[in-house]
Amino acid sequence: MLKHDIVIIGGGPAGMAAAVAAYDNGVHDVVILDREEELGGILRQCIHNGFGLHKLGQELTGPEYAAVYKERVLERGIKVYSETMVTAVTEDKIVSARNRDGILKIQAKAVILAMGCRERSRGALNTPGSRPAGVYSAGTAQKLINCEGYMVGKRVLILGSGDIGLIMARRLSLEGAKVEAVCEIMPYSGGLTRNIVQCLEDYNIPLYLNTTVVEIHGQKRVEAVTIAQVDEQRRVIEGSQRRIDCDTLLLSVGLIPENELTREAGIAIDPITNGAVVDENCQSSVEGIFACGNVLQVHDLVDYVSDEAERAGMGAAAYVKGEQQTSSLIKTKAGRGVRYVLPQRVHTDQGAVSLFLRVTEPFGKVRFSVTSGDEVLSTALRLKAAPGEMEKLIIPAEKLAAIRDEIIVSLEEC
Amino acid sequence: MKRDLTCIICPRGCSLHVEGEGKALTVSGNACPRGIQYAVDECTDPRRTITSTVRVSNRENCMVSVKTADPIPKAAIFEVMACIRQLQVEAPLKIGDLILDDVYGTQIIATKAVE
Ligand code: SF4
Repeated sequence: MLKHDIVIIGGGPAGMAAAVAAYDNGVHDVVILDREEELGGILRQCIHNGFGLHKLGQELTGPEYAAVYKERVLERGIKVYSETMVTAVTEDKIVSARNRDGILKIQAKAVILAMGCRERSRGALNTPGSRPAGVYSAGTAQKLINCEGYMVGKRVLILGSGDIGLIMARRLSLEGAKVEAVCEIMPYSGGLTRNIVQCLEDYNIPLYLNTTVVEIHGQKRVEAVTIAQVDEQRRVIEGSQRRIDCDTLLLSVGLIPENELTREAGIAIDPITNGAVVDENCQSSVEGIFACGNVLQVHDLVDYVSDEAERAGMGAAAYVKGEQQTSSLIKTKAGRGVRYVLPQRVHTDQGAVSLFLRVTEPFGKVRFSVTSGDEVLSTALRLKAAPGEMEKLIIPAEKLAAIRDEIIVSLEEC
Repeated sequence: MKRDLTCIICPRGCSLHVEGEGKALTVSGNACPRGIQYAVDECTDPRRTITSTVRVSNRENCMVSVKTADPIPKAAIFEVMACIRQLQVEAPLKIGDLILDDVYGTQIIATKAVE
């Protein structure tokens, strides 16, 4: 059995940033196991720009952002096992993997989970109709167009207005396809406002809210889809059906953290985020196993993935060096208007802590408050809040040190 | 002139309100100075950075991602795309390598390395 101090599973933005942070915090025996041939993860197919504004102070494309971190990994001499598929992680931090050379077993002192997420597929949607060619998940279409140079269709309808759907609407338009519309079953888009502007409005692509696809037509290839409006309970409104001719349907209907390995390791999963339950250093319910990036919570900005991964890398390094925190853990909880709060538990003696959260629905001006018992730990005013945009609130160290009761984050419209 | 815009410079996406004539515009709603610049540019000379891919002729099934080094006029997007679509390049390529010079005063450059 091989031995390494820190084993990182996944070579995307989270895995790379975690590796660099662990190394820079004094643990040099760090390895990355990645199932792809090249580091970079999903960024390799995200050729659009808008990455790195927070973290690197410049606007980069996905491949450029990945290259910055890849360089940092390589210049530190961090070992990367590529085309290596991890098959199991145990509670005692034994990582099993498989690659061309055979089977690999590594005893790690700490493990960082950075496997990312995958797209919800058509099966999860229950769209009736035949199964013609021309139905793609948005991410698959992105990979085909951007990495393989294969154009998926000429007339396209997109279901789901998450960021990947919006980005693909623009990409397809640029490549000469006609994007008939983006349909969103919810009354609001799940994507960033800037993507609605620069991906849809710039190209005159209509966004139909409260609208879904009810039928796919065509035998061999998609010929048309029927869309319809839905009411508040997401039931189809009779008579609102409309047939739209198209040869391609893209589905951008959500991302699911890939936590099979996490579950098998016996790590507690949060039913709302679908990722591990963690503390402020991204440590899971199993000591020495950390999680970061989209496998922990689906992010909208890679810059925040890198930040989170750095916390995980630092946490794992501290764990390996035996510098663990000793204070008790206090739980956090989502209150009014808040869908989830991460980390789900925090130590009280580790200095200021950042809380990340998403709201339940779009709001105008709101005041967030973080409370524990009768104590208000912090408040923050925002001109607007939307489920598509992650919020960050900070609890100052001095407030944190004194608390005993669970921490509740809620919002008030104002 | 009165116009409502969403700033696309950063993910915060401030709602901007612009009033005025010609270059004498007043902007409100911006959380930082970059929003003012964006609003003025958007009302006088809207530009976008374009990203796409170009086929690498000496590698099998290989595309290299590219971008305009600076934003180009919004009205020229499809013309520039038509140009990009006709290109082919040869590996090896580094990030920042010149793919096409002088496109509306800027260049098309590679955003990915190909060995
Ligand atoms: S005005 Fe500033 S903060 Fe607001 S979206 Fe634009 S760049 Fe971001």
